[in-house]
Amino acid sequence: MFNYTFHWRPAFQALPAMLEGALITIQIAVLSMLIGTVIAIALAVASGSQYRLARFGASVWVETARNTPALFQIYMAYFGLGSIGIFLDSYIALLAGITFNNAGYLAETFRGGLRAIPPIQTRAGRSLGLGAFSTFRLIVLPQLFRIVFYPMTNQIVWAILMTSLGVIVGLNIDLTGVTQELNVRTFRTFEYFAIAAVIYYLITKLVTGSARLAAWKLFKY
Amino acid sequence: MIEVENVQKKFGLLEVLKGVSLTVEKGEVVSIIGGSGSGKSTLLMCINGLESIQGGRVLVDGIDVHAKDTNLNKLRQRIGIVFQQWNAFPHLTVLENTMLAPRKVLGKPKEEAKAVAIAQLEHVGLVDKLDVYPSKLSGGQQQRMAIARALAMSPKYMLFDEVTSALDPQLVSEVLDTMRLLADEGMTMICVTHEMGFARDVSDRVAFFHEGVVEEIGPPSQIFGKRSKSPETKKFLANVR
Ligand SMILES: Nc1ncnc2c1ncn2[C@@H]1O[C@H](COP(=O)(O)OP(=O)(O)OP(=O)(O)O)[C@@H](O)[C@H]1O
Ligand SMILES: [Mg+2]
Repeated sequence: MFNYTFHWRPAFQALPAMLEGALITIQIAVLSMLIGTVIAIALAVASGSQYRLARFGASVWVETARNTPALFQIYMAYFGLGSIGIFLDSYIALLAGITFNNAGYLAETFRGGLRAIPPIQTRAGRSLGLGAFSTFRLIVLPQLFRIVFYPMTNQIVWAILMTSLGVIVGLNIDLTGVTQELNVRTFRTFEYFAIAAVIYYLITKLVTGSARLAAWKLFKY
Repeated sequence: MIEVENVQKKFGLLEVLKGVSLTVEKGEVVSIIGGSGSGKSTLLMCINGLESIQGGRVLVDGIDVHAKDTNLNKLRQRIGIVFQQWNAFPHLTVLENTMLAPRKVLGKPKEEAKAVAIAQLEHVGLVDKLDVYPSKLSGGQQQRMAIARALAMSPKYMLFDEVTSALDPQLVSEVLDTMRLLADEGMTMICVTHEMGFARDVSDRVAFFHEGVVEEIGPPSQIFGKRSKSPETKKFLANVR
């Protein structure tokens, strides 16, 4: 019946390897957020553009990212692009898939955020003689950043958890990948994945905690 | 000098300005009064090129605002504007709000921009609020800050768009007093306003807007007195009093 005995010692011996994997996990999540944010700003601006093609392109991206499984998006980056001759290694494919997903979700967040900023703010900036880009950078973006700060924190937590999907495209250096390798070698499934779960938990708590602290330091108004 | 010549402005099918002409001489204070939706705000936006026009032209110091080769960012340095609300940049302190354009538009060094900003904040009586965020200011203080911010660019013209309309009654006078001060100093001003007392006391001329045209323009004594020729002006004034 219940004949699984826990062996924590070998599992804890694997901790350094798992923590190294955790660093890769954080790296992918952070990169996917940074690139995703830049793309999301462009998508949010495009979706309010006067050009139909820009609006259309942005809406295809946002709709696909938000209404299909992240798993599918990562699959497409790996196998889908592979089938048309673009071969990404599993790290890049995972990064691309999550970035695509982040950008889609964040674009919607930013679009809502932009609507919350009174248009007069832009007019006030322009009337002082600032150019359109300077006005956006100096007046709109800082306000937008504050509005979307907490939704962005949620998104980075999502990004961290989504990295675990890398295992389906053969990634074996992130936290889940390392754990899975240990698992198939030793079949200590419960121990390894329990430790991995705790590490994920600690990472996301660390991220949300630092975000709180940053918000408190950053937003004085 | 600001010359508005037969300006036409449409939003889609809606014709907001139907041939507006108005000249404002150096040192003159012109108030614009008129009903809601008559196109007063739109005219101010057309004067500093925030809105395009469909006909006529606007000349500021002889420069055609809507000509293709006009450098609007440069032209706008001569024209300060203060809106009814949402002027203040909430993420910047009073000092930062006021320094922003001298720094980023004129490229002044930090200390110089700061000096200019402080001088203007002193001018409007806000020098004790330098490091305060706008959310901590009263509506009247926010408006005065917006005036100082515009003045920090040393504009030749100031446009005011109902700057007291969103204020609690007890805060109106401090803002109007600041505008009076500017008028006394010889600033050229166009003031869209619902404050008839201000329009009468401070303006050299008052323009009454009605349905997208200047229905009547003249010295306050004409517009507010018995010499007014337009029945529409009389009707409007009878309603606001
Ligand atoms: N961006 C815009 N798009 C479409 N219509 C607009 C726009 N801005 C203003 N309008 C319309 O143009 C007309 C004139 O507006 P404007 O704001 O100039 O009036 P106003 O005289 O300033 O009125 P108020 O006293 O209420 O401020 C109104 O009918 C308004 O709905
Ligand atoms: Mg108006």
